[in-house]
Amino acid sequence: MAIGSLPSAAMPYADDLPRATSGSRAWRKFARNPTAVLGALILLSVVSAALAAPWITPHDPATQSLIRRFTPPVWAPDGNAAYPLGTDQVGRDILSRIIHGARISLLVGVLAVVISVLVGVTLGLISGFVGGRADTVIMTVVDITWSFPQILLALAFVAALGPSLVTVILVLGFTGWERYARVVRAEVLALREKDFIEAARAMGVGSVRILVRHVLPNTFSSIVVLSTLQVAQAILQEAALSFLGVGSGRTYPTWGQMIALGRDFVSVAWWLPTFPGLAILATVLAINLVGDRLRDALDPRV
Amino acid sequence: MPAFVVRRLARLLVVIVGVSLVTFAILHASGDPVALIMPEAPEADRAVLRQTLGLHDPLPVQFARFVGRALTGNFGNSFFHRTPAFPLVIERMPTTLLLTALSMTLALAVALPVGIYSAVKRGRAMDQLATGTVFLGQSMPVFWTGIMLILLFSVQWRLLPVSGWDSWAAVLLPTVTLSTFTAPLLLRIVRSSMLDVIGLDYVRTARAKGVSEWLVIGRHALKNAALPLVTVTGLQFGLLLGGAVITETVFAVPGVGRLIVGAIRQLDFPVVQAGVFMLAMIVVSVNFAIDLLYVYLNPQIRIR
Repeated sequence: MAIGSLPSAAMPYADDLPRATSGSRAWRKFARNPTAVLGALILLSVVSAALAAPWITPHDPATQSLIRRFTPPVWAPDGNAAYPLGTDQVGRDILSRIIHGARISLLVGVLAVVISVLVGVTLGLISGFVGGRADTVIMTVVDITWSFPQILLALAFVAALGPSLVTVILVLGFTGWERYARVVRAEVLALREKDFIEAARAMGVGSVRILVRHVLPNTFSSIVVLSTLQVAQAILQEAALSFLGVGSGRTYPTWGQMIALGRDFVSVAWWLPTFPGLAILATVLAINLVGDRLRDALDPRV
Repeated sequence: MPAFVVRRLARLLVVIVGVSLVTFAILHASGDPVALIMPEAPEADRAVLRQTLGLHDPLPVQFARFVGRALTGNFGNSFFHRTPAFPLVIERMPTTLLLTALSMTLALAVALPVGIYSAVKRGRAMDQLATGTVFLGQSMPVFWTGIMLILLFSVQWRLLPVSGWDSWAAVLLPTVTLSTFTAPLLLRIVRSSMLDVIGLDYVRTARAKGVSEWLVIGRHALKNAALPLVTVTGLQFGLLLGGAVITETVFAVPGVGRLIVGAIRQLDFPVVQAGVFMLAMIVVSVNFAIDLLYVYLNPQIRIR
């Protein structure tokens, strides 16, 4: 064991200084990349639109108007400037519905990932650090979860529990954690052998404290990168659930549900399924771009 | 039998029991499945259904019975079709597997050459184009891609049928749709597996001794990138089947996915359980086969 690594364990705050510097370097690396900045800007506008939805939408998303049904987008010959992206089969404004739909997508995406992170990181830490029987049990559960196509499991359980916003968030959260468990476990296994952990242990620092104070912070960048990318996945999963008819209910518009309804009218009104899909594409792409550059910026190996 | 095979078989058994437990839990997730299935039925009718489903027994007894029956392919009768659920799933399995295999082939035909080229010419315009396309592909919801293809090829140009599975023309759109989901994934795996080996010493040695560039790639690099490629692809098989389920729904392909989605909407639990269980079994078998293959191809693991 290298004696040189002892001080960092003896003085836990000594490593704060270099970490802060590497953090700002990572930020500069991120900001220099034009696609990442573009992604961040798209994401920022989607988030603000979702937050401000009730005040910025031109129409109420639920108001029907049979005389205005199937109004094409504004640039089409029969378009109406009051309905920039057209109206659906019962005359509801598509733009307003898309803006409101952003709320569901972002809410589900973020909250499902929060649950997955809490479950997956905890189990990954235990699995990697405690090892032995706990590791065997947790990794078997990971293997079992991994054996199901996630969307299928989510579909079955949301239907069985009764579709609602809360159910969708819980089910996506509890079916999507095994990736975090795997990644965190692998990192802990590598960290466990590191000198500074051994040093802390030799100095009599308790296991829980080592885990929380020394191991966990070193897995943060992986968790941040993985979570960002998983928000994109959760948004796609939510859209798929809504599309298949077991989403967060019928009362509030969601992008997946709009596409499902639009599918039935695809031969008469192409704009019905097209625009909600573009909204998903833009949001997910933006998150993926940000997440990918975050990986490049935070990963010291690159 | 070598020890690692025995160990792996034991693990396989545990995973199968675990998969059964999760499948079993689908019916019981709501607490009272009968209330969910027949919300307005009189209590007498509910009691009959409870009796048929054996819901009066303690859960462990029910679970043991479920596992015993599941392993012999008995999931009970479909509430909707009124015939055994298992044959309904098995009948449709070839369609799902064909769709998956066809789109895998198509995706590989694109991902393999483009991925290799991308890795070799890392950072050049072609690579950036490929990486950008991967990003785009991975951000598109597969059901939306399907509808957009229908919009273009069926509605606009009237070239291909909107749905079905009865002709090669009908097979084309679902296959391409699922490939747009699969190909970006495979391309990324091919590219990164190639990048991992391309910088290694023996590749440099081969280059240094004057072996032509494409021979280096084909003979030395690709051969060694193949193992991680197969492994990672196998690990993603569950994801691919999930994509197939959604694609089948969009194009009304008569496969297991469409059957399950339909059954879920009707709360036809025996069919849902049989379908989910069988698809999970396919993923489990694929992972098991890949594990053995990996050990077979890589003697280092066998010794450990």
